[in-house]
Amino acid sequence: MQLLYFGWVRTRIGIGRETLELPPDIADVKSLVEWLKQRGDGYREALEDLTVIRVAVNQEMVDLDAEIAPGDEVALFPPMTGG
Amino acid sequence: MIRVQEQDFDIGTELASLTDGKTTVGGLGCFVGLVRDMANDEQISSMTLEHYPGMTEKQLEAIEAKARDRWPLQDVLIIHRYGRLEPGDRIVLVATTSAHREAALESCHFLIDWLKTKAPFWKLEASETGESWVAARDADNEAADRWSADRPK
Repeated sequence: MQLLYFGWVRTRIGIGRETLELPPDIADVKSLVEWLKQRGDGYREALEDLTVIRVAVNQEMVDLDAEIAPGDEVALFPPMTGG
Repeated sequence: MIRVQEQDFDIGTELASLTDGKTTVGGLGCFVGLVRDMANDEQISSMTLEHYPGMTEKQLEAIEAKARDRWPLQDVLIIHRYGRLEPGDRIVLVATTSAHREAALESCHFLIDWLKTKAPFWKLEASETGESWVAARDADNEAADRWSADRPK
């Protein structure tokens, strides 16, 4: 799965993009986030407060309970500040 | 039309291109967003805009489509910059043309309110004390939501 991070999610995790092989039981965004938090302090710090995490799957905004599949592009980022 | 670019734009040239030779246009509404020199009582030396290439264009196109559903518009132009900007630099241009002023002005206001909270950009401000990410403001969410509450025209 392609994972993308932006804003302070990116700076806390330390990278902007990675490709990861997920365990088969991870089928939605929430379980993906919980799994990522086990990967290190940076991930835990970035994903600590889910109320300020926004998610896009294949470049469409989704909720935390959205389903995900192995070929998806999943992006995690803070609330957007355009304009 | 959507343009996401690093380089600056010329306001006069862009606005003229929306109206030159188009005699059915009765009004043009526009908004230009600029980098301010102060944030939270601190002097800002630069602002770096990061975005999500691909999704940014899709989101802006979706927002343009919403505006076109709601108002009778002729042209819509959104130019949004990314990269490192300094105080006084232009960040964004939103311009709309229509037969009448109400549609042009209202849709322009709608577009800038919506893209603040729905276009995937993030701003990193640099000052003497270091760098910090700009937090989303509740007021911006309220401004965007106001258009959802309004009765569709």
